[in-house]
Amino acid sequence: MSDFPWLSVITFLPLVGVLVILFQRGDSEGSVQQIRNVALWTSVFTFILSLVLWVKFDTGTAEFQFVEEAAWIGEGINYKLGVDGISVLFIILTTFLIPLCILASWKSVTIRVKEYMIAFLIMETLMIGVFCALDLVLFYLFFEAGLIPMFLIIGIWGGNRRIYASFKFFLYTLLGSVLMLLAVLYMYYTAGTTDIPTLMAFNFDADVQKWLWLAFFASFAVKMPMWPFHTWLPDAHVEAPTAGSVILAGVLLKMGGYGFLRFSLPMFPLGTEYFAPLIFALSVIAVIYTSIVALAQEDMKKLIAYSSVAHMGYVTIGIFTLNLQGVEGSIIQMLSHGLVASALFLCVGVVYDRLHTREIARYGGLARNMPRYAFVFMVFTMASVGLPGTSGFVGEFMILLGAFKLNTLLGALAATGMILGATYALWLYRRIIFGPLLKEELKKLLDMDRREVAIFVPLIVVTIWLGVYPAAFFNIIEVSAQNLIDNYHAAVTAAVEQPLSVALR
Amino acid sequence: MMYVLIVFLPLLGAILAGFFSSVLKDRGSQIVTSGFLVVSALLSWVGFFDFMGGAEPLTVDLASWMQVGDFSVNWALRIDMLTQVMLVVVTSVSALVHIYSIGYMAHDPSIPRFFSYLSLFTFAMLMLVTADNLVQLYFGWEGVGLASYLLIGFWYEKPSAGAAAIKAFLVNRVGDFGFALGIFTLFFMLGTVNFDEIFAAMPGLVGKQFNFLGWQVDVITTASLLLFVGAMGKSAQIGLHTWLPDAMEGPTPVSALIHAATMVTAGVFMVARLSPVFEYSETALTVVTVIGAATAFFAATVGMVQNDIKRVIAYSTCSQLGYMFFALGVGAYPVAIFHLFTHAFFKALLFLGAGSVIHAVSDEQDLRKMGGLAPHIRQTWILMAIGSLALAGIFPFAGYFSKDAILEAAFASGSTAGVYAYWLGVAAAVMTAFYSMRLFMLAFHGRPRAPKEVMDHVHESPKVMLIPLYFLGAGAIASGFLFAGPMIGEAFREFWGPAIYIGEHNEVMEAMHNVPGYVKLLPLLAGIGGILIGWIMYGWKTDLPASLARTHQVLYQFLLNKWYFDEIYDFLIVRPILKLGRILWKQGDGRIIDGFGPDGVSALVVRLARRAAALQTGYLYHYAFAMLIGVAALITYFFYNLGL
Repeated sequence: MSDFPWLSVITFLPLVGVLVILFQRGDSEGSVQQIRNVALWTSVFTFILSLVLWVKFDTGTAEFQFVEEAAWIGEGINYKLGVDGISVLFIILTTFLIPLCILASWKSVTIRVKEYMIAFLIMETLMIGVFCALDLVLFYLFFEAGLIPMFLIIGIWGGNRRIYASFKFFLYTLLGSVLMLLAVLYMYYTAGTTDIPTLMAFNFDADVQKWLWLAFFASFAVKMPMWPFHTWLPDAHVEAPTAGSVILAGVLLKMGGYGFLRFSLPMFPLGTEYFAPLIFALSVIAVIYTSIVALAQEDMKKLIAYSSVAHMGYVTIGIFTLNLQGVEGSIIQMLSHGLVASALFLCVGVVYDRLHTREIARYGGLARNMPRYAFVFMVFTMASVGLPGTSGFVGEFMILLGAFKLNTLLGALAATGMILGATYALWLYRRIIFGPLLKEELKKLLDMDRREVAIFVPLIVVTIWLGVYPAAFFNIIEVSAQNLIDNYHAAVTAAVEQPLSVALR
Repeated sequence: MMYVLIVFLPLLGAILAGFFSSVLKDRGSQIVTSGFLVVSALLSWVGFFDFMGGAEPLTVDLASWMQVGDFSVNWALRIDMLTQVMLVVVTSVSALVHIYSIGYMAHDPSIPRFFSYLSLFTFAMLMLVTADNLVQLYFGWEGVGLASYLLIGFWYEKPSAGAAAIKAFLVNRVGDFGFALGIFTLFFMLGTVNFDEIFAAMPGLVGKQFNFLGWQVDVITTASLLLFVGAMGKSAQIGLHTWLPDAMEGPTPVSALIHAATMVTAGVFMVARLSPVFEYSETALTVVTVIGAATAFFAATVGMVQNDIKRVIAYSTCSQLGYMFFALGVGAYPVAIFHLFTHAFFKALLFLGAGSVIHAVSDEQDLRKMGGLAPHIRQTWILMAIGSLALAGIFPFAGYFSKDAILEAAFASGSTAGVYAYWLGVAAAVMTAFYSMRLFMLAFHGRPRAPKEVMDHVHESPKVMLIPLYFLGAGAIASGFLFAGPMIGEAFREFWGPAIYIGEHNEVMEAMHNVPGYVKLLPLLAGIGGILIGWIMYGWKTDLPASLARTHQVLYQFLLNKWYFDEIYDFLIVRPILKLGRILWKQGDGRIIDGFGPDGVSALVVRLARRAAALQTGYLYHYAFAMLIGVAALITYFFYNLGL
């Protein structure tokens, strides 16, 4: 059983769903419903299967697990998959969110349902692929190809300015990727392989590392997104359909952080050390700047999008502290943000489906006729604020702890986000949920139905679980994170000693 | 096991009332939450007497919470005498408030929600007082903040309630910012956040310095002060007090439970719990003393002129918390907790009594529209009198014992700050007695100023509201002389055991019994004097207040507007930040980043997009095909390179 290609099966299972959907003909309501069912069950089944990774995962080793390898494009470039403690949880996050996305689109997407579902399932394959690829070219393929379905989701099922937004999104991310591609090519010619574990052990020249680091940074910083490369995100979110926002916030943004952890840190430790102050500066600006900008927003989705940038600012701080609390905290923070921001976008979707506006001023007093909605929104507002007992707290607290250990000023500046974050989140909540219910069109709104409750229940459960008993998650991450940090410090120390020994000779 | 029940029964109640309200209905959720709380309170008293009988402190480990490298915290309940006193206070007052609310909230449309929140609050507060590490303390700390936010905003349809709720949460967050940095500092220096380990390591930290924000500073002092910022937020000390008066937007039982008896005393509890840390920093303790004394004085001045019955009591709470803090500051931790203990009873009594008054006059809170109520609501009148006398510190009511002891301790400490606190405290005591009397006279005596239709409806509250009041009344009378002996008397060390640490050079607990006679007498005279002035102004020469306000217009406005704290904050912080938000968004993001970045490019792109838009209407197959071409191109490219 141990040779069973779990990762390939999980990665490509959604494509089986795509095939089935392709065979669905006709535009009748029945066949459209059939398509939805196929998509839902495919994604649910993929999720269940991905739990095998969780169960069978060996938390005692930092080695890659479930490794599969097959010859692909000749010498040095192989089809190679595998996971470790850093990537495995992202795969499960992805498979967890997709069924919820499909459920969330159940009624709101009525045109081109077939294509929509196909786009989502392809998206799923590509995203899982990103997190388990152990070959740089394979990674790049998944990483970039993921842009295409997202581009289409925004461009076809998006809002009024969808074309502008989708091109902004596409251009921004593509620009970053081109630089990364150049770096990949260089690495291939230098090392003779694109095998990730080999490249991790391959010591690039110190100066070269800086250039390579920058090239990868270009791509990941846009994906995160880090300030000042973030302006595509609010636009993309605003125009994307709800489920598109969920994927964008829930998974796509995580690829940047994952990229830093998988490539920048282990492959270019010297570059990392050199540029870490830059990252800290940009991140602290992101936390403070975007939080303040979020305060001024009038559009619900824009506000949450800006808050995402601030939360991702925490993540980059955590990653580059390069101590255990910071790194593990940043992974937890990414998972948490994947749940919480997704849930908040879904919350926006709930009222958007009813009233077709995201303008905050159009709402107010929803607590009266939508108590269930008010409760759900409260839970995720609090998680976003980082209330202890929710997932948001664990990641944020660990990151701040790690940052404070490294530099008290960094920790203190980042911690101001605690105050600012609470300000915009609670203010948003107040303007939508509290206050008198005056507007006629709001009085008619119905509370969440059973399908909508079914979407939120799993999210709430995991958010609380991660907040109260994160040990289950930390266990998986711990050894890999420790290994990553040890290797980094070893490499940096070695680099300091090496020139000395050369000089001595 | 007993302690697990004490802490988690309220949570269970909150969950049941919150999620199963459709099954339980109003009545069921009242019974479930109140019943659980009563059980919890009884068990707390059982534990309390166990400890009085000499039970040993214990720690109940529940589960691991976070373990990352050398950072490790558990969910655990730490039970010692300090916790035990807090458990008794919290569960007793909470149980009484639950029962009272059955009557007070009887006509509210969302009863289950209210009771669920109350129980949730109680759970968080219990987690706070049983914490065995800083992070769990923080959990409870923010948890009560959440419950307070929800309860202040309970009547969410009132815009003022929503605003007050946010304000409470945010001002507390400012405090928590300091709290968090304090935790980080201790962890950074000691590698642990567990109380036992921190306390054991403190002697070794004496005199150590570290780099904080670029300065070399003393570790213990910095950590203590940062933690104290948290305490200032939660306990509404001067500067971070602005949320407390606004919090009166919440239903009155909430004010009694959260904003008088329990949550706002969390800061006092925290400093007492961390006495093994604070005891090592002279500087930090001096700051605590000064801030506490300033708050006691400031809030009392404001309390004298407020017209909203609840706001008067709110400022009084603020002021009494100031007393507790300067007691802590001079090293008399047991005295501070003793005052916390007695204060919980008489202040909850005053609030619930005020609720009963408000109930009687059809939800009117303005003192200027009351008057002459005494004959109609005799029982409330008596109970309020008890509460007021206790607050004013008149023998033999509870407040006399604790407030006197605080002032004596402050004087006995001999330090400049202590003496400063003593005199401010005496001045505040005069004012305390004065505003208590003022409130009492305005509400119950004189000519009725309410409209006739309201006066016709004035009625005594139902039994379900009065019975809790009698319990609290008993506490307000007896908790002082019953517990003064064990808690702050000669044998205080046996009572507290290892729960409170008092350094070797700290002899304030002994010295406070040997202060000069006038020092002992003055607080009582201050109380009597204040009452007398109050009676003169509001019972005898009733046109005196108005003419005083006229002749001292500037001072009156200054006090009425609460020293203009809100206005200053609004001008200095709130407005500039909102403005900055718009500027950064429109100029920073819009003009600079986008203008030089993507929009410059996208002017071109949009043109392309128009053309490409034609593609948008195509089939997915087209896109898939385009994608395949891209992939194929990439692979081809690599094949070429491989060939080289």
